[in-house]
Amino acid sequence: MLDTTRPIETPEGIELSLRVAGPIVRAIAWCLDFGIRMIIYIILLFLVSSLGDFGIGLLLVSIFLLEWFYPILFEVYRYGATPGKRAMKIKVLHESGAPVNWSGAMIRNLLRTIDFLPFFYGFGLVTMIINKDFKRIGDLAANTVVVYEEEIIPVKKDRAWMDESPLMPITLSLEEQQAIINFADRAQHLPEERLIDLANIVTPLTGKTGKPAIKTLYQFANGLIG
Amino acid sequence: MKQRTFEDKHQQQWEALEQDQDIAQFPRRYRQICQHLALARDRHYTPHLITRLNRLVLHGHQHLYQAHSHPISQFIKFLSVDFPQRVREESRLVVVSSLLFFGSLLIMFLGVQIKPDLIFSLMNIEQVLDMEAMYNPNADHIGHNRESDSDFLMFGFYIRNNISIGFQTFASGIIFGLGTIFFLVFNGLYLGCVAGHLTQIGYTVPFYSFVAGHSALELIAIVLAGVAGLKLGLALIAPGRLTRLDALQQAAVHSMLLVYGVIIMLLLAAFIEAFWSSNTAIDPIIKYIVGGIMWIVILAYFTLVGRHRAT
Repeated sequence: MLDTTRPIETPEGIELSLRVAGPIVRAIAWCLDFGIRMIIYIILLFLVSSLGDFGIGLLLVSIFLLEWFYPILFEVYRYGATPGKRAMKIKVLHESGAPVNWSGAMIRNLLRTIDFLPFFYGFGLVTMIINKDFKRIGDLAANTVVVYEEEIIPVKKDRAWMDESPLMPITLSLEEQQAIINFADRAQHLPEERLIDLANIVTPLTGKTGKPAIKTLYQFANGLIG
Repeated sequence: MKQRTFEDKHQQQWEALEQDQDIAQFPRRYRQICQHLALARDRHYTPHLITRLNRLVLHGHQHLYQAHSHPISQFIKFLSVDFPQRVREESRLVVVSSLLFFGSLLIMFLGVQIKPDLIFSLMNIEQVLDMEAMYNPNADHIGHNRESDSDFLMFGFYIRNNISIGFQTFASGIIFGLGTIFFLVFNGLYLGCVAGHLTQIGYTVPFYSFVAGHSALELIAIVLAGVAGLKLGLALIAPGRLTRLDALQQAAVHSMLLVYGVIIMLLLAAFIEAFWSSNTAIDPIIKYIVGGIMWIVILAYFTLVGRHRAT
């Protein structure tokens, strides 16, 4: 299946799924970080301009730190995300799903110089495209993966269809039961015409068409979920 | 169990985990939720619930398994055991890297003695004149002390320049070691060229008294960056029983220890170069002695320190 979810297994024996981030969103995050670094350079330039040679020395040290350690420090101390990555809601994780550690962040960011060759992330892009987790060379060597930040979704307490009086349909297979519950769960995100279309497919089950069919499906869902 | 009963029963636990209330309860709660996720999957509850539990577990997983470090004790252990041990473990690559670097340095040095024009194969005329002006024993600035402000400027310059070279030497090793070999040989030839030319025209005292202090740290650091890079390349060329990817990942973690050491050595070298080497008020003899002691201390450090077994 063409899919960007990546399963990982935790020590508890649970399989988790992560969604890996592709080249475009990572490129945008990189551009944001680049912009932030540029702004810091300009501010520093203003600050040190009155300090003479000492200021230039300070500037050179800051350039060195920003060049190499900006991504490393953010990835280690800010939960795997530089400000650019945070804005794009992506972050770096170790392949085990654990947060990236010092050596992981160092490896992936020092090898950035190689990903950048021969010009503007040429090697990096090619490598990302030919492996299934969109890893650039640095990610391969560091065993890291860039994934979408998953926010905890609140539990749906106010399911509109929950008010319907529960009704048990005739014996259905597990997949059919799931389809009905998913239909009810997703109903509020769909336009009414589409709901009617979908409900009409199962007329043989409900014995109705149009809006009454939707209502019956809600009742079934309610009965099935308990 | 129907989904709604399941949700009602465990809702409180999930919310407690979400809010991270009680740190002592966290591992137990986390493991319970792992179990809930497995159950929810097995019982084919709605995707919404499964996604929610998946994310809760994911957050808990990252919270529980994040690396906790004790930076100061780790740093002491690194310097007193891990770093010299790691260098000794890689002794064969240390030899290869040293031969590449010091070998090309020596060849160029001798080459320039025999055929002075060889310098123009690596430098253009302006660079040569700049370099000569810098170490001219008769020049004005030699007698004067540099302002401490410009010392700091040079400190910044050395840090940026030298550590970047170290990083490049390491990182380019991933191109089957070729990049590392290029940087080692090129930097060796370049230094050989500078030293050879300045020796040949007789500017020995200003040049050697300048480089004596930091030479041990800087040159050995470049060799070690080379070792780290060659290790990456070697993992790809000869992965042994592992897959190339596994071998690379292992080699990368191992060579990181060397890279940390290289950073520390180059920071020290930049400090010495900016504030000690450049100080012309110090007698060259003292600088040579200090430089010699540095070489002995550093070679002794790598051969002797951290030999005891960790208890």
